[in-house]
Formats: sequence, C-alpha cells, structure tokens
Amino acid sequence: MKENIKIDTTNKVITIKGLKKSFGELDVLKGVDMDLYQGENLVVLGRSGTGKSVLIKIIAGLLQPDEGSVNVLNHEITGINEKEMDALRLKIGFSFQNSALYDSMTVRENLEFPLRRHEKELSENEINQRVEELLEDVGLSQTINQMPSQLSGGQRKRIGIARTLILKPEIMLYDEPTAGLDPITSMDINNLINEVQQKFHSSSIIITHDLTCAKITGDRIVMLLDGQFQRQGTFDEVFTTEDERVKAFYDYNFTD
Amino acid sequence: MHTDAPKEGLEKANKYVLSRKLDQIFVNLAEVYRFVVRFFQEVFLPPYEWQEVINQCFQVGVRSLPLISLTGFIIGIVFTNQSRPSLADLGATALLPALIAVAIVRALAPLVTALIAAGRVGSNIGAELGSMKVTEQIDAMEVSAVNPFKFLVVSRVLATTFMIPTLTMYTMIVALMGGYVNIHANELTSFKSYINQVFDAITFLDIFSSVIKAFVFGFTIGIVGCYKGYNSSKGTEGVGKAANSSVVTSMFLVFIEELLILQIVNALRG
Repeated sequence: MKENIKIDTTNKVITIKGLKKSFGELDVLKGVDMDLYQGENLVVLGRSGTGKSVLIKIIAGLLQPDEGSVNVLNHEITGINEKEMDALRLKIGFSFQNSALYDSMTVRENLEFPLRRHEKELSENEINQRVEELLEDVGLSQTINQMPSQLSGGQRKRIGIARTLILKPEIMLYDEPTAGLDPITSMDINNLINEVQQKFHSSSIIITHDLTCAKITGDRIVMLLDGQFQRQGTFDEVFTTEDERVKAFYDYNFTD
Repeated sequence: MHTDAPKEGLEKANKYVLSRKLDQIFVNLAEVYRFVVRFFQEVFLPPYEWQEVINQCFQVGVRSLPLISLTGFIIGIVFTNQSRPSLADLGATALLPALIAVAIVRALAPLVTALIAAGRVGSNIGAELGSMKVTEQIDAMEVSAVNPFKFLVVSRVLATTFMIPTLTMYTMIVALMGGYVNIHANELTSFKSYINQVFDAITFLDIFSSVIKAFVFGFTIGIVGCYKGYNSSKGTEGVGKAANSSVVTSMFLVFIEELLILQIVNALRG
C-alpha cells in the first residue's frame, strides 16, 4: 500500500498536446493529450497494439511524433537536437518490457555502464557503493557477478529497473513491468515501483494491461482506446462506466 | 533518435517512382550511404570508446587465430602440392618458392583471411547487433544517453579494419611456412634458401597492396556486419537473416573489391 505520496499538481513534468503517430497507413496515436505531475504514478491502460509503448518511446526520444507537442521537464522534444535530447535522457529512466539487459555484461557491468559514462568524477569506490546500494534496494545483491542469462524473469526486471535508477532520474517510464511474470513476482515488481516512487520522489508513467498492477501502482489511470485517451481518473472512477470496451477490459482481468 | 526517413517516407507516400522493388533498392542504397557517412562523422568525434575497441580487437584478432593458423598452414601445403606437377612438367620445380610467395602474398593471404573473417566475424557482428536490436538493448543504450552507434558500430568497424590487415600478415607467414614444410619434405630445400627465394620474388608493392586490400576488406566486413545487425527487422528470424546476409554480402563485396584493387595494382605495376 502507498504511504506519504506527495503529488504536486501545480508542477507538470510532462505535457503532451495533440500527439499523433502513425506507421504506414496505421494511425496509432490520433491526438493524445496528457499531463504528468511531479511525484505521480500515472498508469496508461490499453489493449495490445494500441500505441501505449509508442507513447513512452516518443517521450524518451526513441521515436519521433508526426504531429503535436511533447514537453518534458520544460523542454519541447519535437525538433530537439541530439545533444539536448541526451541531456534530457539523463533525467529519464526507461524500464523495458524485456528488461533489455546487456547480455555480454555482468549485472555489475550493466549497472556501471551508464554511470561510468555520465559521472566520470566518481571514484571506483563510489561506483561500487552506488551499484551495491541499488542492488540492495531491489533485493538482488547476490546477483552482482552473474550474467543476465543466469537470472529469472523477475530478477531481470528488477535489475533493469535498478539500471535505470542508477542515474537518479526524475521521470521513470515503465513498459509493461509485469508482463510475463507470475502473480507473486508481479506483486514484487508492483511494490518495487511504489518503493521507487517513495524513495526517489520520481514521477512515473506505467504502461500496462495488467489491472492489478494499475490498481496497486497508479495514482491516476488513463485508458487508451482508439488512439486517444478515453477515460481518466482513479482506478474506481475509470471503471465505473457503461462503456462496453472498458467494462470488457475489467471483466477479463477480474472475473472468470 | 530513430530517423528512418527514406524508408518511412516511402511507406507513407505509398506510391513508387519506378517500381516497389527498384525504389526499395535505391532506398536501401541511401540508407547504406547514410550509415557509412555517419561512421566517418562519429569516428573522429569524442568520446572515444577505446576500451570497447580493444575488446573488439581481441574478439576479432585473437579469437580468429586458431582458425586462421590452421587454414593458412593447410593452404600453404595444398597450394604447393597442387602447383608442383605443373612446374615439374616444365622442369621448373625450383621456382616453387617464388610461385607460392607471389600467390600467397598477392592474393591468397588477404582473400582467405577476409573470407574467414567474413564467415566468423561478420556473422558474429550481424547476429550480436541483430539480437541487441531485437531485445531493445540498443534502445536501452540510447535512452541512457550513450551513443549506441559509437559504442557498437564504430568500435567494431575499427577493430575489423585494423585487425584483418594484422591477421593477413600473420596468414602470409603461416601459409609460407606451410609451403616450406611441403617443399622441404619433397625438394629438401633449406629454410634459408627458401626464405631467400621468397623475398627475391616479392616486392614492396606486393606487400603494401595486400595490406591496403586487407584494410578495405576489414572495413567492408565490419560495416556490412554492423549495418545488417543494426538495421535487422524485429524478431528472431531477423537475427538469423542479419547474420546470414552479413556473410553473403561481405563475401560478395570482398570479391568485387579484390577485382577492382587488382586492376589498380596492375596499372601501378605498369
């Protein structure tokens, strides 16, 4: 359960207006408007293929939007140059659906990788300390010298989150954090997302179609349907509706 | 930031200038051109990933040594053995050391090294980068503000460009040793006499042109492997295709380059 979460609704860390993105003839995002407040966990719900991951990839600068404006930490990212985008990326953590750990590196090297490139003033001891602390935070200190191939799915997710946290980002983007995990491991990841919010005071966007994850981690939930956000509010507010598309989503998750 | 401009533009326009296939060929050529230009832009700009370059040099160079050694030595023996009857018919077996020296230094060593590297290193690079692309490891590097092109592509292309000439020199030595073993066993030629005949037969231009050729082959193998892997389509099938296509394209280009460089060197010889 969440405790002492302070959301500053006067401070928007991400503002998106009229965002459109298509691939070939397929219109994925058809004019998305969205705000993310400081300290908030925003869950984006939607069926597979509705463009949820596309949305956060645009925010992280991995994809370019076709139309609309995307403002991240007071920087308009449409048309931003690579150098400015890289500076902005240091404040954004991206946890990938498949963890995206570097296969050829150990867990320690995975965590050190961004640190050695962006915080060159750190000594070896400080780097070690930062890595060990983060591994302790995600409860996986014992895996420090293991290769990603030796880890379970849940462990990989945790290490992936730890790697994004190593640069102390202001915004966390989680792409399907519980996909492919058993219910107990999923619960561990949900709790970890809440712990990250509490400890690092970060603002997060959580992309998921797992309603349990949405209920536990989300301070606010938006539902992406037909390329636009159709419902918005708390979990109960979103699902108190006669909209068959939303009801069906709830029914498939919570009833037999 | 991903900028698949030509490909995306083609998809969006949904109309073709010549035909779908022909347009696609020109789009692919444009993408290869952009990839190569980007390499030359990034290679001189800091930060330099020296540690990764050294690591890749080890992978390309040291890890290829056993295969190169075995192949080079056998080629020396086999080529000498196959050439002997023809020279014997002319009563010119004394020219064997000169013949194999010219053949190995001018053509066999760079070509064999390049083909082995295309098979071993090219496929490895294609599969590795393809796999990293599919599993979003390249995206993960990008979102952590590390330039994946510099870390993955520049380091690997530099490694192949500098290690394949080194391996070529090594292949020359090993293949010449293979030739010596065969000649010594049949003609009882001494090592000193063999070496003297070898160095009498080859010129500085022979060695120089082979090394330059190996640089070109090395660059080709590296850039093709990286391009195929870096741009592999999603899915495990894409990884296989990237590895396979790296080898086939590299080998094809190596033969074309061999032919072109041969013409230039022959023109230089007069």
